[in-house]
Amino acid sequence: MNRRTIIAIAVAAVCLLAVPRLIVNEFYVNLASQVLIYALFALSVNLMLGYGGMVSLGHAAYLGVAGYTCILLTIAGYDQLLAAAAAVALSTAFAVLFGVLSLRAPGLGFIMITLAIGQIVWGVAYRYNDLTGGDNGLRHPERPMPFGFDIRDAESFYYFTLIVFAIAFFFLWRFDRSPFGASLMGTRDQPRRMRMLGHNVYLVRLLTFTFAGFWASIASILYVYYNLFLSPHALALQQSAEILLMAILGGASSLTGPIVGAAIITLVKNVVSSYVERWNTLLGVVFVAVIIFMPYGLVPGCRELWRRYQARRRTDAPDRKQTSEPAA
Amino acid sequence: MQWQFWIIQTLNSLAFGGLLFLLSSGFSLIFGLMRIPNLAHGAFFMLGAYFGYSLLARGGNFWLVALAAGLGVGGIGIVLERFVLRQIAGNEQGQVLVTLGVSFIIADICLLAWTGDPMPLPAPQALRRPLLFAGYAFPTYRLVVLGIALVAAVALYILMERTRLGAMIRAGVDDMEMARGVGIPVSRLFTTVFLLGAALAGIGGVLGGPILNAYPGLDADMLPLALIVVILGGAGSLLGAFVGSFVVGFLYNFGIALAPDLAYFVLFLPMVLVLVFLPQGLFGRVQL
Repeated sequence: MNRRTIIAIAVAAVCLLAVPRLIVNEFYVNLASQVLIYALFALSVNLMLGYGGMVSLGHAAYLGVAGYTCILLTIAGYDQLLAAAAAVALSTAFAVLFGVLSLRAPGLGFIMITLAIGQIVWGVAYRYNDLTGGDNGLRHPERPMPFGFDIRDAESFYYFTLIVFAIAFFFLWRFDRSPFGASLMGTRDQPRRMRMLGHNVYLVRLLTFTFAGFWASIASILYVYYNLFLSPHALALQQSAEILLMAILGGASSLTGPIVGAAIITLVKNVVSSYVERWNTLLGVVFVAVIIFMPYGLVPGCRELWRRYQARRRTDAPDRKQTSEPAA
Repeated sequence: MQWQFWIIQTLNSLAFGGLLFLLSSGFSLIFGLMRIPNLAHGAFFMLGAYFGYSLLARGGNFWLVALAAGLGVGGIGIVLERFVLRQIAGNEQGQVLVTLGVSFIIADICLLAWTGDPMPLPAPQALRRPLLFAGYAFPTYRLVVLGIALVAAVALYILMERTRLGAMIRAGVDDMEMARGVGIPVSRLFTTVFLLGAALAGIGGVLGGPILNAYPGLDADMLPLALIVVILGGAGSLLGAFVGSFVVGFLYNFGIALAPDLAYFVLFLPMVLVLVFLPQGLFGRVQL
């Protein structure tokens, strides 16, 4: 970790901590919480997309499994913490199952299977009236009081989300630099060579799938606490697609990309949907445009521009001097 | 009474399976040839249904309307293939995501143009009355839909197995590089298959209209079914799409009739079994 990274993290941390102080309006503080929740979703999908090269279109399934479990257990009278832990555990177990199934087809079939799984979870949530309340959805009784802190108002909930997000980010950052992360990127680029080197490609992918499922489940719990409500609409294909688009738009295979993408999409969605109701068209157009014109996403794209700009500034002046010397 | 229930449900399942075949045969061919799961296929189906609704409301003949809607949707399929997917040829992952984006656009435009209310498509006048036979009533229209699907299956079979075009498509599915190498115009083939697949989905949408109605969300209801058909039957195989369609048709229909809460879950089980034991699907020609 060099000094610039430390400075960048420190600046980001100060900015994030200062958000509720800078913008007092409750609506925008809530929006910031939403950005953080979606950023966690996007980071989770990006684990698979960016590092593993696996495109998942079923990420909303975790929102279904974890979200409904958490709400149902809480309604049944269990302790909030217990309900959340059980929900995350169950949802992670489902991630193993989904991973085993999806990884039967490592290529484009993976997209199809994850999509089918996501839609099946949606369908069960939609049809299983007795359990999920069907189209009407379920209401979460109230936000918990973690360690006695009251997180019912916008500002304290933002800080609660920020703490969870920071913990998640730390783990994902460790993952990014771990040997396991490196071997995952290896399986993305050269699965056959990785196999020859003695790596269990399947296991690496399955563990990543599970790890991603775990963080998506955590994000799902935050989602439920934020909205205090869950309905099948939240599990629709649009949800999975939005999360995936956040990762792609910001730039997969970096840790900052998905966060930037989540911020942009969440802000645009909230701004646009308060003026027009054609959010889905816009979502589709952005999807098509990003894939065609910006396949590597905003963050790597901007970084590339910056590097070129720097390179030009550096070479502009000494360029003439160097031309007289023979090339080394 | 009990018998009547089983007869009706069986026929419903068969008719629904026929619709699924119209939808998923094109999907399967496109996937087999171009390696793209066309996620806009459900939207094509829905668009066909809406086109059918508008044309029928203007007093068109049902069968001509189905053809016209099929051609219209096929045209949109060509536009998608030629002007969008071509831009990122070679990037299959990107192409899949683009088809997903396009499906959102189509779905939203449908919502704008035809509002959020379900639109019932009227079945042809002559087929509305149930067929009475041996004391039982048979829904005529569903029988006809099943018949059309069977005819389409035979026609597609002949097209694939007995014509030059079919031979070229099969060659492309089996080995794209070699197909290019021996001079098969693969690029034109892509467009043809996309047209065919989209048109079949559009026709399926019109034929399905009187049974399912045209409503927002029809695309998201049909797409996963098509995916499961292809996962079950195997990609790139007509026979696989055929068998898979009727399996899914029966499971889904009886699931809704007998255990409406778990209709979707019933689909999950065969998908799990096939993926675990036969990852290529029952009759798959290509790796999923």
